[in-house]
Amino acid sequence: MADAGTARRPAKAKARAGKKHPRRSKKTADTHHQHGQARPFWSGTLSFALVSVPVGLFPANRGKALSLRWVDRDGARLARRYYCSKEDIELGSDDLVRGYPVGDDRYVVITDRELEQLAPDKSQEISLQRFVPLEQVDPMRFERAYFLTPEKGGIKAYRMLARAMQDSARAGIATFVLRGKEHLVAILSHNGILRVETLRFDEELRSPGDVGLAAPSAPASPVVKRFLSAMKPLRKAKLDARQLSDRHARRVLEQARKKRKAGRDLIAVAASEKSRTAAPTQEPVDLMAVLKRGLKEGLPASSASGRGKKRSDSDGDLGALSKNELYQRAKRQHIEGRSRMTKAQLISALEAAAA
Amino acid sequence: MAARAIWKGVLIIGKQTVPVKLYSAVSDRSVHFRLLHRKDKAPVRQRLVNAETGGTVPREQVLSAYPFEDGSLVMFDNEELEALQPKDGRDVDLLAFLPLGAIDHRWYDRPYYLGPDGDEEALNALTAALDQDHREGLASWVMRGKAYLGALRLHQGQPLLMTLRAREEVIPIDELSAPQGSQLDNKELDMACRLIEMMEGDFQPDQYHDEYRQRVLDLVATKQRGGRVKKTRARRRRGSSDLSKALQASLARESKNG
Repeated sequence: MADAGTARRPAKAKARAGKKHPRRSKKTADTHHQHGQARPFWSGTLSFALVSVPVGLFPANRGKALSLRWVDRDGARLARRYYCSKEDIELGSDDLVRGYPVGDDRYVVITDRELEQLAPDKSQEISLQRFVPLEQVDPMRFERAYFLTPEKGGIKAYRMLARAMQDSARAGIATFVLRGKEHLVAILSHNGILRVETLRFDEELRSPGDVGLAAPSAPASPVVKRFLSAMKPLRKAKLDARQLSDRHARRVLEQARKKRKAGRDLIAVAASEKSRTAAPTQEPVDLMAVLKRGLKEGLPASSASGRGKKRSDSDGDLGALSKNELYQRAKRQHIEGRSRMTKAQLISALEAAAA
Repeated sequence: MAARAIWKGVLIIGKQTVPVKLYSAVSDRSVHFRLLHRKDKAPVRQRLVNAETGGTVPREQVLSAYPFEDGSLVMFDNEELEALQPKDGRDVDLLAFLPLGAIDHRWYDRPYYLGPDGDEEALNALTAALDQDHREGLASWVMRGKAYLGALRLHQGQPLLMTLRAREEVIPIDELSAPQGSQLDNKELDMACRLIEMMEGDFQPDQYHDEYRQRVLDLVATKQRGGRVKKTRARRRRGSSDLSKALQASLARESKNG
């Protein structure tokens, strides 16, 4: 199986621009758990003309139907850790930097800050430039969807924009930079909820000619008729969404149930409870619940992860910052003794300074 | 430049068969980085460790487990999971033909062009039939150990298979409720609608380009030469505190521009 195979061959760690931690490989994502997130992974401003709305971004797609986790033979949960390929030591997130390969094991190191500075406005703001009829957007362009949630202070403007866009039956078009990549997006309004759909740029689409395909020529009409009559019995009025269900996931689940009943390869509750408490931060978050809450109440403007990370000194979750970032803040606030402080000490000193 | 086919299969529509080759219709333009150790700039490797003890677990001892809600686990080894995988084949079964648009774009994942694999006439005939029928097909196949569902449709006259996300992966919008609040101000709503109207136009995709990618590559080149990089700080805009005022000012600006 692909997932376990991936576990067995820890891949070369790759990172996309703006994303410090490598994405799980597609193979891994197939069945192993993708952890939900309680915070939007981008937080910034949605603006049209001179109106700005503070918003957060949540993925509209969640992990696979089936989530398996890696365990050892005793059922203890396994975690992925990074090691230096030269020195055999475990690395923390502060020890990691992103490098662009320039040949012969040489890399140019690029920091988050540098990436953000390449497009300071576009990293913070989705600025609607035009409203277009949705049917003009070729379905080939749709790539990925996100929900927008209003953040504190933005609910009224959010509702207003959602309503006005739905009334006009238009999609808003913008470009912005998310996690180190520029995206062309369409903002859609549906039942009072705003959704961002990333669209593929022209340069990300191949034409049939690009892949070496000639335009189809006119076929003989008797053959076309044969196809039309073969298609006819398969006509359905609408899509039965149940057909889109992940059958492979169901098979694995059925097998898991069978094995539980037979008591095969089963770790009973007590032991796994132990492993659960060992890694409390790994527990999946109910994305649905977070989204519902965010839409209802408006989430507090957060220092979300990713490219939209706020760097103001006054607010945000200090625990989410690296030691170096905390140190820089401490320096700006002239906190004495900062160079000798641990991460925890830096946090409490900064909190005390803010209070 | 002709691209290589990524897979070969046979479309099966009732008794009709169409041998096809699949070509990716999208190209990955992301800039890829490697994770390095800050100190010595050596690439990092990943290992799986026991989350509690931190001890490395050798790959042959790694198992996969399904966690039940009560906290119990059922473990699978590699061979067992492999046996549960769908079996590879060449058949692409057409399950249904639906009115165009019946498969919402929220299900769409990746598009693949279809090219002929030895029987050009069959593919041409299918293309013409899809065009005349104003329908799209729902297809099912297994490619490299993974089961796929796809929409068979035309793009600029060329047949393609658009792979679809599983139902479980797409968050149903109907289960979410929109932000609520007091009645929206009619005057403000009217201004917002007028503003949208003034910003209406056709979608012209060729006007938009990924400029950021080139900037990233330029930054790499500058740093490689040992050049200096300018530092500026981004500031997040505050939300409009007075919506009415912001709308009025926007309308005034747009009518000046228009």
